[in-house]
Amino acid sequence: MSPQEESFFPNLEGRKRLDLIFKWIFFSANLVGLLVLLVLAVKIVLDSWGWLDVQFITSFPSRFPEKAGILPAIYGTVYLMIITALFAIPTGIAAAIFLEEYAKKSKFLSLIQINIYNLAGIPSIVYGILGLTVFVRWLNLGRSLLAGGLTMGLLVLPVVIVTAQEAIRAVPESLRHAAYALGATKWQTVRYVVLPSALPGMLTGIILALSRAIGETAPLIPIGALTFIRTIPKSPLDSFTVLPIQIYNWTSRPQDDFRAIAAAGIVVLLAVLICMNSAAIFLRNKYQGRTKEL
Amino acid sequence: MVSKLKGIFLISLAAVLVLTACGGGASNQNQGGQAKFTGSIKIDGSSTVYPITEAAAEEFMKLYPDVDITVGVSGTGGGFKRFTAGEIDIANASRPIKDSEEMKAKENGIEYVEFPVAYDGITVVVNKDNDWVDSLTVEELRKIWSPDSKVTKWSDIRPGWPDEKINLYGPGTDSGTFEYFTEAIVGEAKKSRSDYTASEDDNVLVQGIINDKFALGYFGFAYYLENSDKLKAVAIDNGSGPVEPTIETIKDGTYKPLSRPLFIYVNKKSLERPEIKEFVKFYMENAPELVKDIGYVPMAESVYQENLNKIK
Repeated sequence: MSPQEESFFPNLEGRKRLDLIFKWIFFSANLVGLLVLLVLAVKIVLDSWGWLDVQFITSFPSRFPEKAGILPAIYGTVYLMIITALFAIPTGIAAAIFLEEYAKKSKFLSLIQINIYNLAGIPSIVYGILGLTVFVRWLNLGRSLLAGGLTMGLLVLPVVIVTAQEAIRAVPESLRHAAYALGATKWQTVRYVVLPSALPGMLTGIILALSRAIGETAPLIPIGALTFIRTIPKSPLDSFTVLPIQIYNWTSRPQDDFRAIAAAGIVVLLAVLICMNSAAIFLRNKYQGRTKEL
Repeated sequence: MVSKLKGIFLISLAAVLVLTACGGGASNQNQGGQAKFTGSIKIDGSSTVYPITEAAAEEFMKLYPDVDITVGVSGTGGGFKRFTAGEIDIANASRPIKDSEEMKAKENGIEYVEFPVAYDGITVVVNKDNDWVDSLTVEELRKIWSPDSKVTKWSDIRPGWPDEKINLYGPGTDSGTFEYFTEAIVGEAKKSRSDYTASEDDNVLVQGIINDKFALGYFGFAYYLENSDKLKAVAIDNGSGPVEPTIETIKDGTYKPLSRPLFIYVNKKSLERPEIKEFVKFYMENAPELVKDIGYVPMAESVYQENLNKIK
């Protein structure tokens, strides 16, 4: 074959093989994450076998592993997440709307933007110390659920802002123009056009943010989350404990049985996380459907 | 969209209400003890002392369900910080209060009473298959663990021991055990060689030594007790012959220098409250048994008696 002819018969065989190779490389990249998760899940479930029962979920901590339970930690975690979400979601979305829709491009704006990116990378213990100073001491909230929730809110705020910004940016400019053409004000455009179509993307960010917050212990230790507590928090100003702190305490005990209930605690934590995330995914799918109708 | 959001809000509100209702039901379940005392007792501090105080609190709340005790684990230093600021009633401590902390307490007008509650021994351990080590002198331990240590093989410690690399295991630098061990062995707190496998979780050290024939490490006595069938404890020779770490030798003080007293510190003002006074009394009366359950070593009976006299 002449060189000219060759260019009409590209190396089809080789290219298809390469295609297949890459397909498998990408597939196995997925497999790595999945397999690790599977191994972890199986190991944890096996370790906790026989320990995870109604008694475990409805009891208070105890020095006897067979009597110990995780009730106050479940409440603490759920309440903490509610406070975190109530604080971080509206604040984060509002900040994102300002940055994307209202703020004029300026040096100051890019300074804020850089700061938000940086905040997302700060070690979580720093937020704990910040929370101790600002919420516990200055605002005098004490070592309470509220102080913990607000601290966690600060911790996840950058993630919420950045993902909400991305979601808002992904809304096609033409939709906004259409709204303006109909005489909508800026607020009406944001409220009825931008927000509804950005909502699914924002929910993804919220899932990521809350998933991070639910597993954090470091920021809550300076705030003074407790380990032994035999009451359910009744108000946001009560003291509390959360699942990761309880689990951490159990894993460091000398007795084997405590490690088994730590595993049971991890299963509960995963269950709470999955419940939370499926609620968010449910909402996301619902709103995704809606925007397509528009 | 507004109505949908309302729906979501109502659902989450309902969820919260349901949770709260369950909580009310659960907290009512242990009634039976006499409910003479009410109030709350705030405790924080060392994670080493935590299991003892947890046990005391658990038993106490069985008798007096209306007393609400909370125990945190901020560490001895963190606990004293809160204690000297008057935030908590009782501090768990794995060392006596420091001068600087005492000053702080004075500044804030906090007076306190110190109660020794148990001993914690630090155990030096080797692998079960290690048939050459039975005891080590304090001097040898210093040679192994000092910051400028030249020990890399077992034969560097004592001639005749195997010409094999020694693998060291020990707690991380934030641990009270680390602080105490370095002070007792190296002579200065927190000074240690750093080329060893460190973990804040003593169970990791236990596993490491179980699986490594040429390992040597140290951790809390309770962790050794729990795994004594899988590990070998090394007797320590402090100049008067090797002493094995056992409950007896730690209690009578012959296991030196690796046993330390554990304390609780009680705010004097708090001690005037009847429920706290009753709790401390209960703590001291039941400590010998609770401490043994947990794997620590109780103090002599007379110490608890003396503690009881302090609150009369």
